[in-house]
Amino acid sequence: MLAKRIIPCLDIDNGRVVKGTNFIHLQDVGDPTAIAKEYNEQGADEIVFLDITASSDGRGTLLDVIERTASEVFLPVTVGGGIRTTEDIKEILRVGADKVSINSAAVKDETLVARAADMFGSQCIVVAIDVKRVPSKPDYNGVFPPDFCTDINDFHVVIHGGRQDTGINAVEWAKKVEKLGAGEILLTSMDTDGVKKGFDLEITKIIADAVSIPVIASGGCGCLEDFADVFNKTDASAALAASLFHFGIISVPQVKQFLKSKEIPVR
Amino acid sequence: MTLAIVDYGAGNLRSVAKAFDYIDQKCIITSSSDELKSCSGIVLPGVGAFREAAGKLKEAKLWETLRIEAEKGKALFGICLGMQLLFDESSEFGQTDGLGLIEGKVDNINTGGQPIKIPHIGWNNLCFNKKSALYDGIENGTYVYFVHSFSAKTEDENVTAYTDYGINTVASVERKNVLGTQFHPEKSGVKGLRILKNFCDMVKHDNFTCN
Repeated sequence: MLAKRIIPCLDIDNGRVVKGTNFIHLQDVGDPTAIAKEYNEQGADEIVFLDITASSDGRGTLLDVIERTASEVFLPVTVGGGIRTTEDIKEILRVGADKVSINSAAVKDETLVARAADMFGSQCIVVAIDVKRVPSKPDYNGVFPPDFCTDINDFHVVIHGGRQDTGINAVEWAKKVEKLGAGEILLTSMDTDGVKKGFDLEITKIIADAVSIPVIASGGCGCLEDFADVFNKTDASAALAASLFHFGIISVPQVKQFLKSKEIPVR
Repeated sequence: MTLAIVDYGAGNLRSVAKAFDYIDQKCIITSSSDELKSCSGIVLPGVGAFREAAGKLKEAKLWETLRIEAEKGKALFGICLGMQLLFDESSEFGQTDGLGLIEGKVDNINTGGQPIKIPHIGWNNLCFNKKSALYDGIENGTYVYFVHSFSAKTEDENVTAYTDYGINTVASVERKNVLGTQFHPEKSGVKGLRILKNFCDMVKHDNFTCN
């Protein structure tokens, strides 16, 4: 039976992991390869590198990190952040990444996903969708709280780390990227991200039901129950977390063990 | 002993080479027919579409070499799309002939009417069907990493392991010196490395006992 995947995500700036880590036994806690190896040993199912390097000259450093990791960690590695062209994708896959995650660039140029899927195969094209609740109607008190969404159109696609609302209906966008050739969707709720009160189950369920490609849920998990919830209450295929793992609040083996006790299939 | 990894422009051949490097198995990445002839065993990796891969192999004039070498008894190991190419034909983007080294064809994943996700992406269990040296030291039920939208249909006697994805899906096949895995051993952690190591040992000791 197919296992639900648990995926740690590493934010990388100029070749270094930026969010603090709790791997005190590692000599270099900023080295992405060392941390990826550690997660591999802990039983992580995949690794995601999210490049947040602002300058363009950091690209070479990132490629070096991917290459080193691919020589030592035999797990699927996905790389996202700043990917704009098929040339970017080619470079990243060439040094050993298995998948790339495309976000803002997919919104700006819809042909990118189709071209990339055509050139490299759908299996390596992940489309990252950042979604935010933008209520169109006020609640009973006449205000617009972010969690008061009465309409499916209230879930908007946002880009540039959530700073820009595209106004695009997130569910329609998910269906569209599937048609364009995406192999997976990495869905992050900007409302729950960083809040640690659980994944946005509502939009995760809606989108996972709307497409037939796998959906990776991201943003908001704060405890073990949150992982069980996202797998029990939605059709998500995988759950991604960053700081929860890095700060050692919860470890990958703890998540796996907990899910097993809830009879959710994990590796 | 040197293995040749067939280079026909497939994306993941470096991953496969890195995995062999890691287990200290010498391998070369090549698109030369002569090197395929002189090596001890051939690895055919692959991601992407069947038709395009078959076209590229023919373009590089490797298609016939692969068939001849395999028929002469040289070990040939196909991974993912590489495994699918071993069969007679595939229906992906129109009917396309395969290498015809193992009887069977490649078709859409048959989900038996169940609403499941396609592609089949992620870790799934091996259910052994037939003893193979490829799985020495590997337990029944071991999780390995799959990524595919099409799957092989072949006689049960050619199948060394299935995986359960709604229905039984072919996970690995073996016919004399020709074998293949639908999953990616090079992405399946330590167990995957062991499977690659087992293949190396099979080549080294000419231990192809299946069928």
